[in-house]
Amino acid sequence: MPRFLSMVRVNENELAGEEFPEDFGERMGKLLEEITKAGVMLDTAGLTPTSDGTRVTWSDGKLSYTDGPFTESKEVIGGYAIMQCKDKAEALEWAKRFLEIHPKQWSVTCEVREIAEG
Amino acid sequence: MRASATETVEAVFRIESARIIAGVTRIVRDVGIAEELAQDALVAALEQWPESGVPDKPGAWLMATAKHRAIDLVRRKETYARKLAEVGRALEDVEPPPEPPGPDDIDDDLLRLIFTACHTVLSTDARIALTLKLLGGLTTEEIARAFLVSEPTVAQRIVRAKRSLARAGVPFEVPYGADRAERLDSVLEVIYLVFNEGYSATAGDDLVRPALCEDALRLARVLAGLMPGEPEVHGLAALLEFQASRITARTGPAGEPVLLADQNRSKWNRMLIRRGVEALHRAGNGPYALQAAIAACHTQAARYEDTDWVTIAALYGQLVRLMPSPVVELNRAVAVSMAEGPAAGLEVVDALADEPALKEYHLLPSVRGDLLARLGRMSEARAEFERAASLTRNERERELLRERAHHSI
Repeated sequence: MPRFLSMVRVNENELAGEEFPEDFGERMGKLLEEITKAGVMLDTAGLTPTSDGTRVTWSDGKLSYTDGPFTESKEVIGGYAIMQCKDKAEALEWAKRFLEIHPKQWSVTCEVREIAEG
Repeated sequence: MRASATETVEAVFRIESARIIAGVTRIVRDVGIAEELAQDALVAALEQWPESGVPDKPGAWLMATAKHRAIDLVRRKETYARKLAEVGRALEDVEPPPEPPGPDDIDDDLLRLIFTACHTVLSTDARIALTLKLLGGLTTEEIARAFLVSEPTVAQRIVRAKRSLARAGVPFEVPYGADRAERLDSVLEVIYLVFNEGYSATAGDDLVRPALCEDALRLARVLAGLMPGEPEVHGLAALLEFQASRITARTGPAGEPVLLADQNRSKWNRMLIRRGVEALHRAGNGPYALQAAIAACHTQAARYEDTDWVTIAALYGQLVRLMPSPVVELNRAVAVSMAEGPAAGLEVVDALADEPALKEYHLLPSVRGDLLARLGRMSEARAEFERAASLTRNERERELLRERAHHSI
């Protein structure tokens, strides 16, 4: 049963002024509980804003450090989930259910990638 | 690429099927009929969704479709009576369909389904097959492949199991009475046996069949979510998380077994170890929890030399008092040999020499051979390894034991 990493990409600039809908937390909590109870969710967390982050880059044999916020990226990783599913279709189904909880006017992307085993 | 409509239907069905079967069983009072109705709903989805598109709430659609059919069936008394008669149950003990359950009842129904599939009126093989089919979402073919038996054998096993449940009039319920402990033991044992069959394949060419371990682990995680108040459920989940964390390190590049001492510990899956530790915090001190605590000791040692054998030997001592078993005692012997030396271990092993349960058990001579070799008694060790090689049914293990015999000069 392969494991999948779902990277949740959000537009930080868009979300900055957004109010979370009142029942958002409750609905998200319920869904995460459902995915956990299905024996699928291995680990999930949200990340702090990119303003707290630093990129360390190795290029031409030199290190360079870039502090956040990473405004040049339209979408940045805002959270992740690691799920164990029978196949990719199942992982995509859970990703779809996760996305459908978000308000219509937000743009959120789940990048679902299989974790290489061995 | 998005999944095709057919792939989506199948994925949704796999996600929902156990809950649908559980919800429908509440109405028709028979898991066999419920499974048929769930399959009917799947067929309906496969016919309609590619045309009409996947509905917004596909799980709810499948559930509603299956339940409609169930209620229709119960209303068509004649057909229903015939179906029940087919599985050997009389109609008079069946109540009219209850009120449609709310979302909170689904967990209860799922739990009832688990307890039904693992019911003690069934043989162990039947419990395993039925649990994997109804709750693990495996096909008959997948179960047959996993257990190296023919597909008709598994199909027959499942049909008979459903019939036995109907004939025994097994109620669709979670046991809360005097038999609760025994019934829960059976559920835990089924999951444990499935995991073990994958973890140390008793026969065939592969040393491990990880898919089966993962199916068992998923069931253990589901059960922990449904029964958060049962310490042994967390004990089992913890044990399986720890064991699963080592799977990739247990076989070498050519599929040969790699002993614990030689495993590359950086290959152990840290996430599963962390999950094991979390589950262990919620486990009590029952047999599964103790085995999980032993597994935890191994995972906490950065190198084999750092293993806390004294604690492990003591935990095995507790386990053997709780659950007297020659196999556990044999494991204790290994731990004692590591904590106090091979001679002390050999003493424990030799006390098991006449144990009828271990007469054909290859690990007894295998462990004994290892201890003799460590004591420098090579020709005796060789004989033990040869005997162990002749007893194991696993090809990979046989090769390893023959090799050890060959080197014991």
